[in-house]
Amino acid sequence: MAVEKTMKITDETGVHARPATVLVNKAGGYASDMTLEYNGKAINLKSIMGVMSLGIPQGAEIKIIAEGSDEQEALDAVTSVIKSEGLGE
Amino acid sequence: MSNLSGIAASSGIAIAKAYKLAIPDLSFEKKKVESTDEEINRLEEALTISKEELEKIKTHARTSLGDEHAEIFSAHLLVLSDPELINPIKDKISNDNVNAEVALDETAQMFIDMFEGMENEYMRERAADIKDVTKRVMAHLLNVSFPNPALINEEVIVIAEDLTPSDTAQLDKQFVKGFTTNIGGRTSHSAIMARSLEIPAVVGTKKITEVVEEGDIIIVDGIDGDVIINPSEDELTTYKQKHADFEKQKQVWAKLKDEPSISADGTQVELVANIGTPNDIEGVLNNGGEGVGLYRTEFLYMGKSELPTEDEQFEAYKSVLEQMKDKPVVVRTLDIGGDKELDYLDLPEEMNPFLGFRAIRLCLERDDIFRTQLRALLRASTFGNLKIMFPMIATLDEFRAAKTMLLEEKDRLTNDGVEVSNDIEIGIMVEIPSTAVIARQFAKEVDFFSIGTNDLIQYTLAADRMNERVSYLYQPYHPAILNLVHNVIEAAHAEGKWAGMCGEMAGDSIAIPILLGLGLDEFSMSATSILPARTQIRDLNKEELASFKEQLLGMNTANEVEAFIRAKTNQ
Repeated sequence: MAVEKTMKITDETGVHARPATVLVNKAGGYASDMTLEYNGKAINLKSIMGVMSLGIPQGAEIKIIAEGSDEQEALDAVTSVIKSEGLGE
Repeated sequence: MSNLSGIAASSGIAIAKAYKLAIPDLSFEKKKVESTDEEINRLEEALTISKEELEKIKTHARTSLGDEHAEIFSAHLLVLSDPELINPIKDKISNDNVNAEVALDETAQMFIDMFEGMENEYMRERAADIKDVTKRVMAHLLNVSFPNPALINEEVIVIAEDLTPSDTAQLDKQFVKGFTTNIGGRTSHSAIMARSLEIPAVVGTKKITEVVEEGDIIIVDGIDGDVIINPSEDELTTYKQKHADFEKQKQVWAKLKDEPSISADGTQVELVANIGTPNDIEGVLNNGGEGVGLYRTEFLYMGKSELPTEDEQFEAYKSVLEQMKDKPVVVRTLDIGGDKELDYLDLPEEMNPFLGFRAIRLCLERDDIFRTQLRALLRASTFGNLKIMFPMIATLDEFRAAKTMLLEEKDRLTNDGVEVSNDIEIGIMVEIPSTAVIARQFAKEVDFFSIGTNDLIQYTLAADRMNERVSYLYQPYHPAILNLVHNVIEAAHAEGKWAGMCGEMAGDSIAIPILLGLGLDEFSMSATSILPARTQIRDLNKEELASFKEQLLGMNTANEVEAFIRAKTNQ
């Protein structure tokens, strides 16, 4: 049983180095497996190179999936950091 | 012992042992291993040490450069913890029975190839990050030392092929007593940084990295441009004396710190400093700077992965203005493009970068970038005495377009209720001969001129200043340069405006008497050149120098000019 949330990227530079670093750091703090889906590709959200390789632009729809013992907590933490960083909504 | 000579880039004498900043030999053998667990342990250890080092560098970068520049190291740290990189390396060791070096190299190379193959320039740059961290881990696997300028904790002279901006930014003055490089000139980045750090440096020695061994004793003579390797007792004594004399001289100069810059016959000029970051202000004030004549804002944009925000810029400008109180601060708007690249802008490569899409040319087209900077400057304007100048202006239309954008942003801010100073002077850099020739027309519209000699000389003599084979054409005293400078000063004065100079020439002891005689109002130079210049100017007679004007402007060669000035000023 996994939890997921779809968000839209509003930052004009998309998911660039700094926000990517923040996201991966946040995801790394939880035990659950976390996946980021964009444009038909799914990557490990705990992988900085995975996140950067997607080159997510402004306007992109992304889906975040968490699965594991602390999945809801992990999903909430990541989605709230996306909002607080002004990255998306 | 042996000696080398190069270009004196930053004055002073330093004596310490050599610290070679070179990428070590990272070649390795491919081996089949028996115990894959042992290899994985070796990998884990190398990763742990690498992470510890990066943490330290990150902390250092944060205190010396600020949060933004420390971010890159956060990204590097994450790469080393990336399961998508580390797990495949471990799998490769276990499945193929290979040593950790092979597994690391092959796996990292796969990612490097992937990023290098991407369309976006920014993504391609990430390949460089992966290479960088992989080299560090590889060095630890091979037990060879990996140079970390930020981690130096004993007194050394840094020896390198060249120093990048991020290398120099990591240098700690407490331990790095001086440096010397193979390449570079007086205006190269490393030379400028050395002067702002106030450590002796000799650049352009061509082969210092070949002749020096780690731990050799090195003397860097940044006054005469000499490097002495493993000096004799006699040489040590001589240079210790020279060091003491220089320190004594500095104390004499220091007495003039709060004195005006006034010639023997009573003409007052302004001696101001070139800076790159708010951290440079301390040096400006300690060296008696009467203002900032050139704030190079490029550093806010360089060594980063994205454009600086308006707020980030505002904080930097505000900090400089506040520290300088009511003293003038001339800020040059973004001078990027051409040879100074910003990876994240993804600009196409050019055949002739110095003649290409750079500075104001780029800013007028990418006005989103330009307007952000202008707004940050305008918001900061109430915190001090701000003057704004546009670089690389070739036509009046460019100046008018830039000024219009500035005034539009000012109106917008005022309408939004943001306070903006009404006394901001707006001027231009004079670097392009066309502008120097019609300075009279420009003088009616600009508030001031600042002559950028480094570029003006290369454009006037059509000689790339990065090309060593034509470096003989870099002639500041060439009569053509003197005539252009004279034309700009006359044009400014005819309209009641002021003329300054912010190239290296402004702090040169041969050029100073010429420029004083031509009537230059403001001399902007490296902070450490200010007190020697003030000392010199206080002994010069302006009217006498002005009487040589026609004679100098009519001379045939730069050598003639130099010989004449040397004779008249006993140099």
